[in-house]
Amino acid sequence: MEALDVARWQFGIVTVYHFIFVPLTIGLAPLVAIMQTLWNVTGKDHWLRLTKFFGKLLLINFAIGVVTGIVQEFQFGMNWSEYSRFVGDVFGAPLAIEGLAAFFLESTFLGLWIFGWDKLPKKIHLACIWAVAIGTNLSAYFILAANSWMQHPVGAVFNPETGRAEMVDFGALLTNNTLVAAYSHTISTSLLVAGTFVAGLAGWLMVRAARSSELDLARTVYRPAAMLGLITIVLAGVGVVVSGDYQGKLMYEQQPMKMSAAEALCVGEEGASFSILTIGDLSNSCEGVRHILTIPGVTSYLGTGDFNGYLPGVQDIQAQYAAQYGPDVDYQPNLAVTYWSFRLMIGFAAGSAALALAGLWLLRKGRITDKAWFARLCLVAIPMPFAAASFGWIFTEMGRQPWVVAPNPTGPELIRMLTQDGVSTSVPVGEVLASLLTFTALYSVLAVVWFTLMRRYAALGVAPAPSDEPDDGSEDSRPLSFAY
Amino acid sequence: MDLPLLWFLLIAVLWLGYLVLEGFDFGVGMLMRPLSRTDTDRRLVINTIGPVWDGNEVWLLVAGGATFAAFPEWYATMFSGFYLPLLLILAALIIRGVAFEYRGKIDDDTWRARWDWAITIGSWVPSVLWGVAFANLVRGVRIDADHQMVSGFFELLNPFALLGGATTTLLFLTHGAIFISLKTDGEMRERAGRLAAVLSVPTVVVAGVFALWAQTAYSAHVWTWAPVLVAAGALVGVVLMTRARREGWAFTLSALAIAAVVVFIFGTLFPNVMPASNDPANSLTIANASSTDYTLTVMTWVAAFMTPLVLAYQGWTYWVFRKRLTAAAIPAHIGLPLRDESTTSAP
Repeated sequence: MEALDVARWQFGIVTVYHFIFVPLTIGLAPLVAIMQTLWNVTGKDHWLRLTKFFGKLLLINFAIGVVTGIVQEFQFGMNWSEYSRFVGDVFGAPLAIEGLAAFFLESTFLGLWIFGWDKLPKKIHLACIWAVAIGTNLSAYFILAANSWMQHPVGAVFNPETGRAEMVDFGALLTNNTLVAAYSHTISTSLLVAGTFVAGLAGWLMVRAARSSELDLARTVYRPAAMLGLITIVLAGVGVVVSGDYQGKLMYEQQPMKMSAAEALCVGEEGASFSILTIGDLSNSCEGVRHILTIPGVTSYLGTGDFNGYLPGVQDIQAQYAAQYGPDVDYQPNLAVTYWSFRLMIGFAAGSAALALAGLWLLRKGRITDKAWFARLCLVAIPMPFAAASFGWIFTEMGRQPWVVAPNPTGPELIRMLTQDGVSTSVPVGEVLASLLTFTALYSVLAVVWFTLMRRYAALGVAPAPSDEPDDGSEDSRPLSFAY
Repeated sequence: MDLPLLWFLLIAVLWLGYLVLEGFDFGVGMLMRPLSRTDTDRRLVINTIGPVWDGNEVWLLVAGGATFAAFPEWYATMFSGFYLPLLLILAALIIRGVAFEYRGKIDDDTWRARWDWAITIGSWVPSVLWGVAFANLVRGVRIDADHQMVSGFFELLNPFALLGGATTTLLFLTHGAIFISLKTDGEMRERAGRLAAVLSVPTVVVAGVFALWAQTAYSAHVWTWAPVLVAAGALVGVVLMTRARREGWAFTLSALAIAAVVVFIFGTLFPNVMPASNDPANSLTIANASSTDYTLTVMTWVAAFMTPLVLAYQGWTYWVFRKRLTAAAIPAHIGLPLRDESTTSAP
């Protein structure tokens, strides 16, 4: 076993894990902010109860997202120090700015929001949750600026003296079209995750309430929340499709290997079909690939916007890269992983669509529902966009291999780095393994705790309507709300 | 001004902010168990840092990110070189952060006890290891000609570094005890104040020995005597003020002492960022580890705009939560019972 493999496994595990929680935080923070805004504007009690209910779930989720995020920032230096040396001049800036502009904002105002319920004026308290929502979304922007640069380096030159990439245009980094695509795709996906979460939970709770004769609760509390979630799914879904389409076309220009690997297209063709089922011997070689069910022209359309467009095959690109970047390197990503992760991404996102269709129909014109199958659909749908988001990232990161910094076809040729050249050379494999095992064990335990708490607090439903508690008016005697 | 030098100073300021702020968070975490008699006590202690600990920890993330951006060589060499200590620190910060959020979520003694251990261990480990790591930086580590740090883990556990670990731990314990006495009222305030007065004495002694050792053995500058004297003066002040129960002054002085220690550490490093103990030619310096002027210029503009804003709203947070907490303000447990007795089955 080599340190490179262990370090790659660690990066994959901790990053996929981190991104289970992140999209929910990014999407749910604005939704909770909207709920609280509706409470402020309409004064209706149920929006306050929903704010507190989903707010508590947001906090349970936020905690793990934050602590696992520290690992993300440190592991570049720990496991990928040669990568860090090569890109630091460019890649470090968005990371530092993410901390300064976004992490401070979200962490500080989340603290104010949690503990400020009775301490802050209503409007200022509302502004706090909006600051959290803005912070999480800003953070996504800066970290994606960094990631997009790895997919499609812009605004940098290669300095032969130092042997490293150096930034010459920060504006180009922030307006990288790869970033525009990735950001809109990630944010719309996060809203899809959160919309499905809110619609799924509220839908399930509505059926539960309706079946235990709490029709009023179902109608006045859970239905509005479910509608908010369902509308979010629809809007976010459109965003996901549009941004994903844009991203596919950029990928065709910028990382053709990834696009062709997504279809396991070995030899270039015009009007390349999209296969729904393919078998291969998983040996990652073109010979084993057998497409079974195909839709003609669709892959060409995804890449070029033309059903008859030409798509190069991975073997064509391999030959081109070998001539351009040197022989003796396998420039093909793992075909089985890219092929299947691409399909699973799309397939799982359909879970949200199914929930939206069923939900919007059942809840049309003020209706509520007590159908057991809908409650089951709600529960099944909730994890699906999470899975879609994970597979999307697995696709985009595995599809970039063997590069850690993929060469920009129209940029400086020497701004590129193979993953194998980025790993720390001074860290013994045993230490990397210790790190992999530590994080895997720790994260497994935390996953169980997270899931248990989320399930228990979700099943609780909203708190009963607040009765008018006697209040002697002095702030000191009042217990802290939301305290630890 | 020379931009790499400016960023060396800014990174020192970020570490200063981090260690002063999370220093008391760590102290509070370490003292939560010994200072508490009841569970309400423990919650009282935790809630003193409840609204602020997360924001305090961001200082670390920004210090790390700024090092990456401004000194990629330093970031790469230090983070891969201090691999195992950082791994332990990360694991500690993870369990500690989650513990604050989760300990009250289930109303059960065993559940809470487990998270309390997570808070305790998660506060002790970084307190010790930050000191060990910084002391090793001051002492110098073995770095080869390719800027790879080649000191092994056990080499990092030398007597000087362990004394450094003891120093940060004692500083944070005292700082945390003072903070609790400043933020609570009643019996807890009394207990924490008494403990702070007790802890302040070994803190002066250990920190004093460490600073003298570091200054005489590893500092190339005469002027670093200044932060040594400031730290010493501040810590003697802490001894006096904790005895007099002047909590505000004691806290100001313990913060000043930690700040002076950070200034001292970065002062002894200057003009290196990572001195090589084997061959000074291999040292990472402000000049040879830094980013380009373009990157540093961009970062300087961002920092110039964002830092005042961050300081303003973080300061405001402390203002909002300035009142002392009492046990009476700690609400009844709101956690769910351990066993799931609700009818959660699908309808």
